[in-house]
This record gives sequence, C-alpha cells and structure tokens, in this order.
Amino acid sequence: MINQKQFTYGFRKGLPIAFGYIPVSFTFGLMATGGGLPLWLAIFTSLSNLTSAGQFAGTELILAGAGLLEITLTTFIINIRYMLMSFSLSQKIESKITVKQRLLFGFGITDETFTIASLEQGKLTYAFMLGLITGPIAGWTLGTAMGALISESLPLSISNAMGIALYAMFIAIIVPPSKKSRPILIIVLLSVLITIGLKYIPVFSFISGGFRIIIATVLSACVGAAIFPVKEESKDNEEEVKTC
Amino acid sequence: MLKPFIAVLLMALVTYLPRVLPLVLFRKEIKSTFIMSFLKYVPYAVLGALTFPDIFDSTGDYMTAIIGTIVALFLAFREKSLVIVAVGAIIAVYVSGLVI
Repeated sequence: MINQKQFTYGFRKGLPIAFGYIPVSFTFGLMATGGGLPLWLAIFTSLSNLTSAGQFAGTELILAGAGLLEITLTTFIINIRYMLMSFSLSQKIESKITVKQRLLFGFGITDETFTIASLEQGKLTYAFMLGLITGPIAGWTLGTAMGALISESLPLSISNAMGIALYAMFIAIIVPPSKKSRPILIIVLLSVLITIGLKYIPVFSFISGGFRIIIATVLSACVGAAIFPVKEESKDNEEEVKTC
Repeated sequence: MLKPFIAVLLMALVTYLPRVLPLVLFRKEIKSTFIMSFLKYVPYAVLGALTFPDIFDSTGDYMTAIIGTIVALFLAFREKSLVIVAVGAIIAVYVSGLVI
C-alpha cells in the first residue's frame, strides 16, 4: 500500500518534534484541567486540534466563559497561517497524491512538521508525510494526558516555568536557519518589529493578537520575497508577480 | 460540559479547514518566483511573530522569562534539538524563579 521506507524515514524526521511537543502539550494539559476542563476533554482537544497557539487561546476563552462565535473566530484567525503552509506544501508534494490522501495528511500540518517538510529536498511523498505527522500527533496527545493527570500535584513554580516551552520550541526552529541565511534573519526581525509595533503603538490597539500575527507575517514575507527572491530549479523565465 | 465540547469541535473544524483547503484546491504548480519566495519565508515570519514579544509574558514574571529566552536563544544558536532547547529554557526559568 504505502511505501514503508518513506514512512519510516518520515517517522524518524518527526520524532524530535514529538519529543519537543511533550513539555508544551504537558503545559496545555496543566492549563486546561487546572482551569476546570475534565481530563477527557483536555485530551480530546489536543487530539482533534493538534495545534499550539490556536488551542491555547481557544481553551483560555472557553475557561473564561466566552461565546462560541468569539472562540471559533479567534482560533480561526490564529490558524489562518496554516493556509499559507498548506498552500506551500501543495507545491512541494507529489502531484499524484489523491484528494483523500491530502485530506488525511493535511490534518498533521503544524508549524514544526511544515518546517521539517519544507526543508526536505525534492518532492514529498504521501508515505513520508504520514510518517512525519504520526509521532507529533502521539507526542502532543500523550503530553496533554500527562499534564492533565498530574495537574493538581504540580507546584505553581514548575507550571509557570513550563509556560516558556512553546516559545522555546519556536526559537529552536527559527534560530539555526537565521544564522545561515541573512534574508531569513532580516525577515524574522522585521516580522517581530511589526508585531511589537502593532502591539504597543496605541493607534493599532484595535488589532487583535491573531490579526497581528497575520499582518506581520504577510508584510515581512512579502518584503522578503521582493528584496530576496529565491531562484530555485526553475528553468523557465521568471515572471515577477507583485501581489502585495 | 456540552458547551465546551461544542467549542472544541468548532475549534477543531477551523483548525482543520485552513490546513487542507489549499492542499486540495491547488494542484497545479506555480511558476512565480515572487510567490515561491513568499511561501518560503512564511514559516520564519510566522514563528518570529508568534514568539516575540509574547514569550516575555509566558512565565508570569518578566525577569525569569528574559533569562529563559536568553538560554533558549543560546541553545538554539548552538543548534541543539527542540527538546534540549525547550527543557533548557524551562529549567532556566525555574532556577531563576527560585533565586529571584
């Protein structure tokens, strides 16, 4: 059925992500059950959402008693970035991958699995993608279960310290490429600057956190693409399309 | 628990759709260098914006968060794995919380 070797290769690539997810999802489990969600719902949230920022924000809203519309909209806005990743992957996977297969492995696209997949050379196979997402799904769910189970017996100093895990993981992903590529470093710094500007300049205070991320991302990636176009394996004459 | 359950289902839906719609809808290759470059830079831009400045609010105390951030940056600069960077930052925040 699926290529065993490709699956195993993908699975290996996903293992570091799976382990990296455990402290972060552990924090999520702590937060969710600490705030009053039952154990099964905390675990179900991780299994069905499989996302960091969106699910943290959504669950905080649930615990605060927010309305369904606000919860759904906020989560959606934080997750719009996946459209960019999914779009990017649509260009990188083998074109013969069927719709059903796309619907299946697409579930496992996260910031981290996407980054690892984009760094692979050549076209991605369905088996590779399935292998890649398997470990992270397990790690994210298990970590949540552990955090949720242990929640009550853990001192506040430890659960506070674990709050940094999610961000430390993001840092682990962006620093090495920023070190090697000047354009990536500049784009990351620009994106951070825009986010800080939107957050602290009073005129922009009406822009919510989710929208800040989107604006900063689209602007800085556009500037990057205009100033540092990446020319790769395209033999055709390049047509510059300025859409931003 | 019915309302939280429905909320979680809706969250799952609006997380799943952005992940799969472009994969299913775009089956042709795009030739534009600009768009391909844009897509290449998106993950770095997203993660940068998600991390800063929010990381400084992540531990309930600015000082410990700053120390954790420095440790994470240092470990990531040395190209340590996701797990080492995450656990290193947690330990740094915990220890500095005890001292401060």
